[in-house]
Amino acid sequence: MAKKATSGGTKTARDTGGRTNARIKARDAETQSKIVTLADNVAKRALSGAEPVITVPTRTKSNTEWNAKKGILQMGKGAQERQLFNLSQAKSFMQTMLHSSSIKDLIAAEKTLSLRGMFYKGLHTVAGTKEKTFQDQDESDGILEDLEVSLGALREELHIFAKKAGTIVGNITLVDSGDEIDCRRMGSGGYAIPSIVESDIMQFKKCDAKFVLHVEKNTVWSRFNEDRFWEKHNCILTEGGGQPPRGVRRLLRRLNEELGLPIYCLLDCDPWGHYIYSVMKQGSISLAFESERLAIPSAKFIGIRAKDYYECELTDDVQIALNDTDIKRAKEIAAYPWFEKHKGWQREIDAMLKNGFKMEVESLITKDISYVTEEYVPERLRKRDWLD
Amino acid sequence: MTPVTASPDPAKTRSKTSTRGATAEEMATRQRDISVSEFFAKNRHLLGFDNPRKALLTTVKEAVDNSLDACEEAGILPDLAVIIEDLQPDRPATAKSSRYRVTIVDNGPGIVRKQVENIFGRLLYGSKFHRLKMSRGQQGIGISAAGMYGLITTGRPMLIYTKPKASQPAHHIELAMNTKTNRAEVTIDEETQDFPPQRLRAVSPGARQLASEGAFLAPTDFKTGTSVSIELEGRYQKGRGSVDEFLELTAIANPHARIVFVPPSRSSADEEDVLPLPKGLQRGAESAATPVPPAAPAVTTESNGVTIFPRAVHELPPETKEIQPHPKGIELGILLQMLKDYEATEKGGTLFQFLQDRFCRISAATASSMCSAIKVTSRTKVADIEPRQAEALFKQFEDAKLPPPPTDCLAPIGVRQLLAGMLKGVRAEFYAASSREAEVYRGRPFQIEAAIAFGGELPGDETARVIRFANRVPLLFQQSACSSFKAVTETAWKNYNLSQPKGSLPVGPLVIMIHMASVWVPFTSESKEAIADYDEIRKEMKLALMECGRKLGTYLRKRQKMRRESERRDVFERYIGEIAKAINAINGTDAKKLYDKLLEQARQRTAVADQQLDEDGKIVRDEEPDPDGVIIVTQPSTPVPGAAAIDGDAKRRGGKTETPSLF
Repeated sequence: MAKKATSGGTKTARDTGGRTNARIKARDAETQSKIVTLADNVAKRALSGAEPVITVPTRTKSNTEWNAKKGILQMGKGAQERQLFNLSQAKSFMQTMLHSSSIKDLIAAEKTLSLRGMFYKGLHTVAGTKEKTFQDQDESDGILEDLEVSLGALREELHIFAKKAGTIVGNITLVDSGDEIDCRRMGSGGYAIPSIVESDIMQFKKCDAKFVLHVEKNTVWSRFNEDRFWEKHNCILTEGGGQPPRGVRRLLRRLNEELGLPIYCLLDCDPWGHYIYSVMKQGSISLAFESERLAIPSAKFIGIRAKDYYECELTDDVQIALNDTDIKRAKEIAAYPWFEKHKGWQREIDAMLKNGFKMEVESLITKDISYVTEEYVPERLRKRDWLD
Repeated sequence: MTPVTASPDPAKTRSKTSTRGATAEEMATRQRDISVSEFFAKNRHLLGFDNPRKALLTTVKEAVDNSLDACEEAGILPDLAVIIEDLQPDRPATAKSSRYRVTIVDNGPGIVRKQVENIFGRLLYGSKFHRLKMSRGQQGIGISAAGMYGLITTGRPMLIYTKPKASQPAHHIELAMNTKTNRAEVTIDEETQDFPPQRLRAVSPGARQLASEGAFLAPTDFKTGTSVSIELEGRYQKGRGSVDEFLELTAIANPHARIVFVPPSRSSADEEDVLPLPKGLQRGAESAATPVPPAAPAVTTESNGVTIFPRAVHELPPETKEIQPHPKGIELGILLQMLKDYEATEKGGTLFQFLQDRFCRISAATASSMCSAIKVTSRTKVADIEPRQAEALFKQFEDAKLPPPPTDCLAPIGVRQLLAGMLKGVRAEFYAASSREAEVYRGRPFQIEAAIAFGGELPGDETARVIRFANRVPLLFQQSACSSFKAVTETAWKNYNLSQPKGSLPVGPLVIMIHMASVWVPFTSESKEAIADYDEIRKEMKLALMECGRKLGTYLRKRQKMRRESERRDVFERYIGEIAKAINAINGTDAKKLYDKLLEQARQRTAVADQQLDEDGKIVRDEEPDPDGVIIVTQPSTPVPGAAAIDGDAKRRGGKTETPSLF
């Protein structure tokens, strides 16, 4: 629990403005040239009569490697050629080129768009037909993720952001796009974590917190905030609306890496909760290329644990029976390479399966409204009782 | 057709009559000959006069069959006019039937005066019953029965004009049949120069116009010929089993005939449950002022209410030979009858001679070995043959190894003519035909031909239409009882890329034609509506259908592949424009140049895949000629201007303008 004062985070946006701008300019120029190279390659092949192709690294489980040393999931070297003259790829080829062109426009205009905005920017009717360029936003989102990997550029470098999801409150002052945000004075709602939290957008200014408590859901987070948990325990309190989006994960990673704050996760005792923890800790398959800057290998799982049913003397009412999908999912998770050799996790999943039921964080409310904030979490932290 | 006589068995009559009080003597007073005509007057359904609608059809059918047979036998290309006049045009709309005058005019050889009464006034009189020769009519019932029906329902006699010699005047005869005596009674008998009858050229505005162009009953085209008019109680209604369908199918099976049809001014409303004819079998409405260019294939046309089925081929079917019966095809009773007949005509003729004279395929050697087998000598007279010996001889027939009967007695339509006929009457995009070799059933030679038409304007979501012919005569009723229907359902159409519910007709835009040519077509009934289901016949039908099916399958596979390719090309070409634009926006590459280059590549790539692969996966050359017996119409024949205005529901399938239907 190192208390590292702010390093880069102490600087305000104003006094680093010049340098930041220069850095952004350089970064944008690089992204631009990547896009132009992509288009050049397609044009060159087309004009010489060769089949135009775009190389897209594969984002599948088979192309994901477990780096045991770093403790994260990484994308392998596998890549696919996206061909124009292939019935199943012709449309996505066209979409890739459309989005490339849109991104170039965005960079030139120095503006950013949401994923939904990108969907609309690329959306029109293909000339001479009744077919739309994109059927829905999912199709567009997939193409953008492909572009991230094939250009080797991050989403923010492409001037794209996702909608906000996730909240922060606690003993820290942030600078977001030059504005100071004092997370101690956020009322009952908290500060919404933006999609892009890179250091050029967000800096850490004054941080007294000693750790971060991340909870799964907004409802639980509200309980902690109302009880002023972060004040009493001098910490930062975050929530990610279930599976935390990239912005939340990146912020936690930076808090962990740059300020040395340990991350504790309070999630449900079910396969989904375990999976969220797994993604936060090691990264996910579809975003394996981002693991390097999103994964938090040192994140800790403090609960809910299968044993809590007995230790906290909960009633039968809190049990939610595991269905077949849950059992299947639990077994899959138990077989993840990073869980497979972890005796603690094997026991945990086993215990849950043996119980035959799952439990939500809210189940602790049956004991007392503030049981989770006043007894459960403090005691776990005191006893250093967690899984990691 | 054996004469119907009541000949009660006396022993039987006595046994149980006592309780009713009638004695054999009393009954004998009531027992007498029944005239054949009288019998049919009471049983007219047996001859196809069951109801007014069918009666009208049967009348037309019998007259047309006779005319075509007569023309062909005389070596004349048939030119027929079929005219139906409505004699009660003011009848209420609810009337179930009306009085019609049916007139059929042909350019045939005419009939010599002294035969007129026999041909038109007697049942079971004719030249065709006694011989084994391929012809339309067989039993000599037809036209006289129609005349009798007319007489019964309207009391009007038949009106006949016939001109057997071009240089001499025509005969004008009116005759009525006496149903009691089976003899005709002539009421008018005079000579006239009015042939073809002038009156007929003006029966309707359409007929008048056509006649003024010299295309209808021109005296120069009818130097000889016969005109028969019958007045009858009938019902003119279009649809399945109508006069229209009959003529349309007749035209398909007789591409060498020209038929002009003048229908009555009004037809009955479709209040009855009559199946409508499927669309697609219909004609283009071309104004008579713009006749079909001579180069275009002959297509049925309609103008001003008159339908013209043009001549599609200009040669007559080959002349058919009459053959003697084959020993394998007769029954014992017939053999006995033949022996009796022989004795009657050739007094004292020998069995040895009889066998060679009255049968085909019996050589002198075979005849003598048969004689010795039944222990008679070659000199034994027919008169001396005992029934026991005749039976032994019949046994010999069954056991003997004989060559099949000669087949030159058959005149198949022929693949080319089949295609011409189908092309004329059915608007499709693909036509295939197949003509099998002659085969034999029960000692009688027969030959099966099949043709199919696919696609085009035929409705795609209905079961296939089967059109059946026997000796070029369309069979309109009792489809499911017909051997050909069974042959179609038993053919595995799925193999040829068509869908087919189990045990039924295939579904798709398909017309299937089956023709059986034989010296004796085995009908299931006297009304000649269905072919009896002999294994040999059905097998040949299936083989013919399979041959057509294979050609269709090849075509459909080819078409499917082409369609798939063009879809592929379509997909590529669709996106190329977008891609060129996007790249131009990114790096300024000339969008037009890029587009052209990509388009070229797309075309090349789909062209490679365009190549057809045959069943063995080899590349089929494009210039390979179409196989024999296939016609592919890439574009349906001339669309008709103004057709939409005539036909209310003209817009159908693919927005194609439909040609007005007669049906």
